Amino acid sequence: MPKAATPPPIRVLIAKPGLDGHDRGAKVVARALRDAGMEVIYAGLRQTPEEIVESAIEEDVDLIGLSCLSGAHMALFPRVLKLLQARKVRDVPVFAGGIIPDDDAKKLRRIGIKAVFGPGTTLEEIVRTARGIARRPA
Amino acid sequence: MTGGARLPAAARALLSGDRRALARLMTQVENHDPAVLPVLRALYPKTGRAHVIGLAGPLGVGKSSVVNALLAHLRKLGTTVAVVAVDPSSPFSGGSVLGDRIRLERDPGDAGVFIRSMASRGRAGGVSAATREVVRLLDAAGFSVILVETVGSGQVDIEIRDIASTSVVVLVPHLGDEVQTLKAGLFEIADVFCVNKADLAGADLAARDLSELVGLGAPRDGWRPAVVVASARDGTGISELWTAIAAHEKFLDADPKRRAAAERTRLATELVELVRERYTESAREELSEASRSHWLDDVAARRTDPRTAADGIFERQHAPKARRRRP
Ligand SMILES: Nc1nc2c(ncn2[C@@H]2O[C@H](COP(=O)(O)OP(=O)(O)OP(=O)(O)O)[C@@H](O)[C@H]2O)c(=O)[nH]1
Ligand SMILES: [Mg+2]
Repeated sequence: MPKAATPPPIRVLIAKPGLDGHDRGAKVVARALRDAGMEVIYAGLRQTPEEIVESAIEEDVDLIGLSCLSGAHMALFPRVLKLLQARKVRDVPVFAGGIIPDDDAKKLRRIGIKAVFGPGTTLEEIVRTARGIARRPA
Repeated sequence: MTGGARLPAAARALLSGDRRALARLMTQVENHDPAVLPVLRALYPKTGRAHVIGLAGPLGVGKSSVVNALLAHLRKLGTTVAVVAVDPSSPFSGGSVLGDRIRLERDPGDAGVFIRSMASRGRAGGVSAATREVVRLLDAAGFSVILVETVGSGQVDIEIRDIASTSVVVLVPHLGDEVQTLKAGLFEIADVFCVNKADLAGADLAARDLSELVGLGAPRDGWRPAVVVASARDGTGISELWTAIAAHEKFLDADPKRRAAAERTRLATELVELVRERYTESAREELSEASRSHWLDDVAARRTDPRTAADGIFERQHAPKARRRRP
């Protein structure tokens, strides 16, 4: 088996839990991460936390990005974290984006979301942070 | 096999149904991690049982949607199914957005399903050595049917025949636009044609044209491709599609020599590829060695032509050893 010339790409799952049908933002982020050389598994709209976690396991991703605009983030994001723990996935960081008030963002960080991006965040910052927090290959 | 105790831990985990172990091994295969080689070696005797079905076709014809519909259909029949979806990597950034994991009909707790996306990572062709090994891992893990969707462009589709026992070519109405694709070889690889998007106008006409075209040709290895009209969106024709696929698998089994011969052809292709990979690797090493820069110097200065230099490199690297081994 020939050795890869470059380090393996970071695999990242981008998912939109919840019922809102707006995924333009998530798609823009997905494309930016791709352009930065990552392999993006785009999970599509209206995923349940259970589906997201199963996808993350099957795809063996190094990073999970969640986006939610419906306001249900305080129900959905912690549920994803809890399910990850239940499945003993401890080494895959989660970041979040969407319309998330500062107070909620603080709470989400406290329970283990590694980064929370508001609407004004630049793509450069998202890419840089994603690279910084992604699981390193074993 | 001499008992399970000898198996590497990761192989044992995979065989016991550990989905994370399976997923990790796939990543190792994709990353060319040499640690996976003993695992692949140990699992190889446990492979060869799954039905591997390839799906190819032009961009956007609905391959993923058809795969999803087949997945739901097969789960209703109680068959375990794995999906491997290969998407192109960007030649510029190396990154890729791997197909929307459309999985509306899937219960996330269902252990009888496994879906994995792969980027082609600039490997030659859509179905590469890595895809083959990923399929083998799923085979060893016990999935009965493995659906492989390949990148929808040009020549690479043709490699699906090197991995799948049945190849499905997905097309859409308005075949006129597809003539180029057919010319590029998709026509030759199909065991089953699926005219998808039957909810749009023209599907029946397209299917008739296609059937006519199929009827004109001589059967390949005794099989004349079936033509099925389906709508992945509405779920129509999907059970007929599976019936056509199953009929081809049955045809392969009707004569015990037939499936074996097809498999030997695929394995021969794989072995040639693997040997070529070794040669390529050693040639690259030779050329990257500073003490061997004379090869490139001579060719660049027009003192030697590329073929003569290639002969020289090959001789130096391989021929002496071969001679030594012969008495
Ligand atoms: N009308 C109609 N649209 C369909 C049908 N099947 C798929 N589509 C649509 O066709 C588009 C492409 O579907 P995909 O399943 O992603 O096609 P694909 O061949 O996998 O695409 P690539 O992998 O990008 O080549 C999507 O917008 C689907 O909703 C169908 O039966 N009828
Ligand atoms: Mg697709």
